Amino acid sequence: MSDREEILALLRENARYSTEDLARQTDLAPEEVEAVIEELETDGVIKGYQAVVDWEKVEPERVRAAVELNVTLDRETGYDDIAERLAKFPEVQGLRLVSGDFDFAMEVEGDSMSEVSRFISEQVAPVPEITQTVTHYIMESYKERGVEFGDGHDDDRLSISP
Amino acid sequence: MTFEPSERVAGVPPSGIRRFFEIAEEYDDIISLGVGEPDFAPPWAARDAAIASLERGQTSYTANRGMRELRERIAVDADEKYGLSYDPDEEVIVTSGASEAVDLAFRAFLDPGDSVAVAQPCYISYMPGVQFAGADVVDVPTRAADEFKLTREALEASGAAEADALVMCYPNNPTGATMTRAELEPVAAFAREHDLLVFSDEIYSELSYEHDHASIATLPGMRERTVVFNGFSKAYAMTGLRLGYALAPADAVDAMNRIHQYTMLSAPTTAQHAAVEALDSCGDEVREMRAQYDRRRNFVLSRFEEMGIDCFPAAGAFYAFPECPWADSDEFAEALIEEERVAVVPGNVFGAGGEGHLRVSYATSLGDLKEAMARIESFIT
Repeated sequence: MSDREEILALLRENARYSTEDLARQTDLAPEEVEAVIEELETDGVIKGYQAVVDWEKVEPERVRAAVELNVTLDRETGYDDIAERLAKFPEVQGLRLVSGDFDFAMEVEGDSMSEVSRFISEQVAPVPEITQTVTHYIMESYKERGVEFGDGHDDDRLSISP
Repeated sequence: MTFEPSERVAGVPPSGIRRFFEIAEEYDDIISLGVGEPDFAPPWAARDAAIASLERGQTSYTANRGMRELRERIAVDADEKYGLSYDPDEEVIVTSGASEAVDLAFRAFLDPGDSVAVAQPCYISYMPGVQFAGADVVDVPTRAADEFKLTREALEASGAAEADALVMCYPNNPTGATMTRAELEPVAAFAREHDLLVFSDEIYSELSYEHDHASIATLPGMRERTVVFNGFSKAYAMTGLRLGYALAPADAVDAMNRIHQYTMLSAPTTAQHAAVEALDSCGDEVREMRAQYDRRRNFVLSRFEEMGIDCFPAAGAFYAFPECPWADSDEFAEALIEEERVAVVPGNVFGAGGEGHLRVSYATSLGDLKEAMARIESFIT
């Protein structure tokens, strides 16, 4: 594994590892670690650093929905144009063009179900190219970006063993 | 009428880790670095194979020596990975954990009055096992200065030349020491010269980080005098499935099987199905677990270095064996649990040469390791 891949893997595991933590785990000097990270950021490989939040533990809980969108295209309007327009809404946390029965998978976040519903019906559905929206409210999250939720890891091994 | 233990049982003291286990059990907020088993679950494919075997109702006894299919795969695996060539029909026996294999070998080849050289510090069961077989233990302490490797000098100084057998374990529990082929040569020469049987526990063979694992049985003249122990607990994180094996010449396996067939009969059938699948398809998971342990090892070693605690560079298993900052490792380990809620095992429970050290297992998540090492640092400063 290259230094870039190794540091990327570690930062995906925990973006808050300090330079010293990363240096220890990669056998690189701290300055080398910093240089690799700077390069990854400059090259646009690392787009940002965010916390993975279990919203159920936050008051007030955020409401999130996975929204399926179907669109029609014409000569002037392609997928990118529609995506560009949708991505600008602050409520839209994720937007992906997908294969299968629908065109876009969109992730929306709001303070309440009515706020999310209003956003879909008043802002998204009226976009001329959008022919259909199907909203799935997220009831429970078990894993996000590789992180499993739940009450921590249950280590049922004995505390001391041979 | 009372149940008086036999002299052999009465003569074996309770396990030294028992007391620490009881202390640790008093608290529910402990970070344990005292655990001698992987923190991973077995690969899914192996678990699926176990489940599928149960669904098919495959719960009858297997052949005493283990399912033929499993013995074949064990033989192929040992040959491909370590250059150990054994006939699956006559030279492989599947046991209920590598511990059973060790016990079988001791009882099959030791008589009362025999003596067994045991390279220490070591897994806590060897000395009682020798005693249960009625034989005597010759302590062969290894030293931090030799990176806890077994040397010819250590064997000579301890009187191992007079012994009937030698027990060794590399990569080592509790020190994390490993031995290269070149380092094993003088040990093999000593065993040949003094006609010692060699019991080589290689259960951590998959966890050798700095060089390929070398088995003493592959050295000239050693195959015929060595019993190699291995199993699925460490490499495949299958500790509770209790599956190990021994590789040895046909006569030796035959003798071990004579005890096995009357005591255990056969190893757990479900576990044997899981083991076949583990050998067939779980190499990637083993490599991934090893990479994780290696990352944790580097972290733990560097943290001890930062704290100014001497710790030789453990190169195998999943243990670091630093010097204990206090003179008495028992007292230190007890105070560390009570004051900082971090469990480690004092080195003296692992036999001669262990006092003055601590066994620190890094079979725990990096997050917990980081927190535990921070607590150790604040405890000693």
